[in-house]
Amino acid sequence: MNFEFSADQKLLGDQARKFLADNCASTEVRKILEGSDAYHHDLWHGIAELGWLGTAIPEAYGGLGAGYLELCVLAEELGRALAPVPFSSSIYLAAEALLLAGTEDQKQRWLPRLASGEAIGTFAIAESSGGASLKSVHASVSDGRLTGLKLPVPDGDSADLAVVAALPGDKQSAALYLVGLDAPGVSRSPIDAIDPTRSQAQVVFDGTPVEPLGDETAGESFVSQLYDRAAILFAFEQLGGAQRVLEMGRDYALERYAFGRPIGAFQAIKHTLADMYVSEELARSNCYYGAWALSTNGADLPQAAATARVSATQAYQHCAKSNIQVHGGMGYTWEFDCHLYYRRSQLLALVLGSVERWKDLLVSRLETASAA
Amino acid sequence: MDFNDTPEEAAFRETVRTWMQDNAPHDLHDKLEADRAEWTEEERLREAKAWQLKKQRAGWACMQWPKEYGGRGATPMERVIWGQEEGVYAQLSGMFLIGQGMCGPTMMGYASEEHKRRYLPPLASGEEIWSQMFSEPGAGSDLAGLQTRAERDGDTWIINGQKIWTSGAHYSDYAILLTRTDPKALKHKGLTMFFLDLKSPGVEIRPIKQITGESHFNEVYFTDVRIPEAQRLGEPGEGWRVALTTLMNERLAIGGGATTGFEELWDFVSTAEGEDGPVLQDRAVRSKVADFAVTASGLKYTSYRLLSAVSRGDMPGPEASIGKLVAAVTTQDIAEFALELQEMGGILMAPDTAAVNAKFQNMRLRAPGMRIAGGTDEILRNIIAERVLGLPGDVRLDTKVPFDEIPKGKV
Repeated sequence: MNFEFSADQKLLGDQARKFLADNCASTEVRKILEGSDAYHHDLWHGIAELGWLGTAIPEAYGGLGAGYLELCVLAEELGRALAPVPFSSSIYLAAEALLLAGTEDQKQRWLPRLASGEAIGTFAIAESSGGASLKSVHASVSDGRLTGLKLPVPDGDSADLAVVAALPGDKQSAALYLVGLDAPGVSRSPIDAIDPTRSQAQVVFDGTPVEPLGDETAGESFVSQLYDRAAILFAFEQLGGAQRVLEMGRDYALERYAFGRPIGAFQAIKHTLADMYVSEELARSNCYYGAWALSTNGADLPQAAATARVSATQAYQHCAKSNIQVHGGMGYTWEFDCHLYYRRSQLLALVLGSVERWKDLLVSRLETASAA
Repeated sequence: MDFNDTPEEAAFRETVRTWMQDNAPHDLHDKLEADRAEWTEEERLREAKAWQLKKQRAGWACMQWPKEYGGRGATPMERVIWGQEEGVYAQLSGMFLIGQGMCGPTMMGYASEEHKRRYLPPLASGEEIWSQMFSEPGAGSDLAGLQTRAERDGDTWIINGQKIWTSGAHYSDYAILLTRTDPKALKHKGLTMFFLDLKSPGVEIRPIKQITGESHFNEVYFTDVRIPEAQRLGEPGEGWRVALTTLMNERLAIGGGATTGFEELWDFVSTAEGEDGPVLQDRAVRSKVADFAVTASGLKYTSYRLLSAVSRGDMPGPEASIGKLVAAVTTQDIAEFALELQEMGGILMAPDTAAVNAKFQNMRLRAPGMRIAGGTDEILRNIIAERVLGLPGDVRLDTKVPFDEIPKGKV
């Protein structure tokens, strides 16, 4: 038994951290926050050149086939750096959906382009009600044509490919479809969102030609598996963010003086930071368990995924809030970076559905495990 | 990363399993699963000693200790595997935890070779029980403020003073004892560690009745107790450094296997019925249960990660403080939540009328002690903040003046 990443995986993380420190400083993140670009093009190209996008995509489809533990290591660094690129939409969601449910032809057509960064993919499920599950889906497909509205769609304004959840014909339960977003009948527009460093869009389909992705009667199962896999990868992004705000809070508590002492000498601040550390470490341990389950595709993957999701969400939310509190008034300014993490933690807490939804899932999975 | 056993670990686990099947006190299984309140201390002590001796004779006690001192020289992972396989019977080792987890390593580090060979094997086998005498009425979180005096008289030391919160002293045979030998020195420089035979004249042990009605702790009074010079551990004035060795091992002894009560909660909520049906159908109940599940899982894998670090050769650091901090407060919250679910039935305490043998009532009453013993929540947060995160210490008024000039307050 060994509960740590290998020396090679740690080295990959170190290299990624250095690359992102050089290419994704907060000044770069702020270009997306304040500018009109949907994502950071130079950073995206740099990441693509390093091969990160294809980390867990098999070599047969143009990836490196390195594995999910490596992808988790990279996800942590991307989260830490607030990387303003469509990595999660394209890789955790679109590429994973193709790997789960795609035909050989679909995989050959799209995965090499996603792995090289030439194409960007996304997953469109929520509609105006914002629900993250198939229950909220009303968009429908008839005669191979999709009609409906998706909102919010992460990176929907820049994606080339969308995996869309919609009701097949007159059926009651939704399925997945593959849509090239240059197809006729697609209109999309960027939309204001709580974290402007990660773009969101409204996408309207009006008789857009689509092809099924996987068995149309198995949508529920595909989405459940997709969410579990993505939840673990997002959890590592959350973990990276939580670790970073803990360091920010600690550093600020050392340099900010009040009453003749660094504020970090006061127990009220110390205990706040200690609690941040505890939540981050518990989440880290749960994430490692998730990484292991993901990399081995083990029977405990659903339970591990829900555990990592809930734990990392709670930790990042807790740490991002506390970090602003430690910074005091300065933490509430646009100028300080605290709000970038505060925004990102809120975004990531909702991307795959609320933490309450995941808690409910976790208990269901514990029930299943107990019954076994 | 590999959460599964290596082939060697799997083989070791199989060996443990076979031995457990053949040797575990299976007749005690149900009693151990139920609440400990059903046991008298004499019964528990007798069964615990029998099991410990059996384990030690077969090489399953104090597994990380060298063989010549009664251990096995096992790896950290082998210890974990043993712990997983020993399961519910590990509860029987509670009475030996302080001796084996804290006193033993201190003896290992500072006692003479002759003393190690004399005292460590019976400590490992449970034939002799040890306790730790550190805290005093005026020195708890601020342990270095202790005032029990040791004065040299030829080749013995004379001890006068009082200790408190001494777990298991009333059934212990020996103890390690931290004393003040030089009140004129700085607070942390005037301390000296000893070990002593608790049958020594002048030692008086008085059990303290706790919230639970039980008495696990004691006050211990010393009146002109004589300890031979040869039983000094470390140099005079070096007692603080010796104590830190003990306390570092305390993190492993108490923090490492920290449990939260989640398994008990899960068993309870899985079958509990409320007035609207099974309680686990309630979304609010599920939400709370999930919170506890995530915390319990996080603690479990945090302790495993720590083991991987120790396997690599790292010393257990202050990071291990997380275990006790989280386990204690979570246990308290879990007990409170389980009683909430019992509504007015939660008021009952008699094992035959209260739900699940009053398990959660007892847990609720024990929990405050967990949050204080072995470092209060507040002290543990300070340790994390200062030693892990590198934040500055508090302003102190007690580090630059001789101990006897520091204000003491009323005790």
